Amino acid sequence: MAKIIVVTSGKGGVGKTTTSASFATGLAQAGHKTVVIDFDVGLRNLDLIMGVERRVVFDFINVIAQEATLKQALIRDKRVENLYILAASQTRDKDALTEAGVARVIDELSKDFDYIVCDSPAGIEKGALLAMHFADEALVVTNPEVSSVRDSDRVLGILSSKTQRAKTGESVKEHLVITRYDANRVARGEMLSVEDVKDILAIPLLGVIPESRDVLNASNQGAPVISMPEVQAAEAYKDLVARFLGEERTHRFLDPSSKGFLNRLFGG
Amino acid sequence: MAWMDIFRANKPSTAQLAKERLQVIVAHQRAGHLHAPDYLPKLQKELLDVIRKYVAVGEDAVNIEVERDGDTEILELNITVPSSKS
Repeated sequence: MAKIIVVTSGKGGVGKTTTSASFATGLAQAGHKTVVIDFDVGLRNLDLIMGVERRVVFDFINVIAQEATLKQALIRDKRVENLYILAASQTRDKDALTEAGVARVIDELSKDFDYIVCDSPAGIEKGALLAMHFADEALVVTNPEVSSVRDSDRVLGILSSKTQRAKTGESVKEHLVITRYDANRVARGEMLSVEDVKDILAIPLLGVIPESRDVLNASNQGAPVISMPEVQAAEAYKDLVARFLGEERTHRFLDPSSKGFLNRLFGG
Repeated sequence: MAWMDIFRANKPSTAQLAKERLQVIVAHQRAGHLHAPDYLPKLQKELLDVIRKYVAVGEDAVNIEVERDGDTEILELNITVPSSKS
């Protein structure tokens, strides 16, 4: 049986797809057969971030509507073994996503995969709810910023009340992922710290990804940032995956850079 | 200018303000969740239907509130019926 993990946040643009892509890639690199599914019907992006946009023939909705088999729709990653992508449909509307349909696809994937990563759309509408519905665990992606933290709290409420696990009296295991963290701004008192966010959301911290221009560089090229050499954000994602798989690793990149003192003095 | 902040040590940082505001919002959000279980509107409507079988009452005759006291939740029902004149 596969473990099902939803990557969610409520707010858009905080790094769900970036995190889904790197997380799934990291799991596959660790030797686990992994599929990452884009639940953002009508606004798919995971295919671009993974660099497979030209290889999408059939998508998630085609499989749900039984117009294509899973085998036809799964895109095998060319760089990483054990990694598959299931793209969202770009044309159909969200009503095409049904609970029974999603259940059937996830069930079928469960037989074959170790991990199923569900990349949720922003918001708390149908697509987001269905991405969460079957999850065993959740990565809650949060920026150290008021609106993102508030939305994450809202999503935590939904995870603990509306998911399948919640309805059967179990709970979804929640992990906090803080992205776009700028230790220099935190040191200047301009940004919520890791501890602040942890205090407010009160769930265990899985990883902190530093704000980095490499994330944009990676998406420009269609490669998950975790695959970039000598990049802090990649290292942080590798640590995150290792922690998820049970390894203990200390959190890095939480301290201001060495020129921080001058920065603090001159606001640079 | 950032260096001026050194002389304004008493002024809370914007991050501190953000944290305080969030603590209030989140507490509200969680309380809201607690105070309004999903079934409340339906319960209210069905109760109203039952009461209307016997008494003619308006839409606002049934008032439901949930309160929390330690580990227990109290469901408080207030039903206003017109006084019978017979």
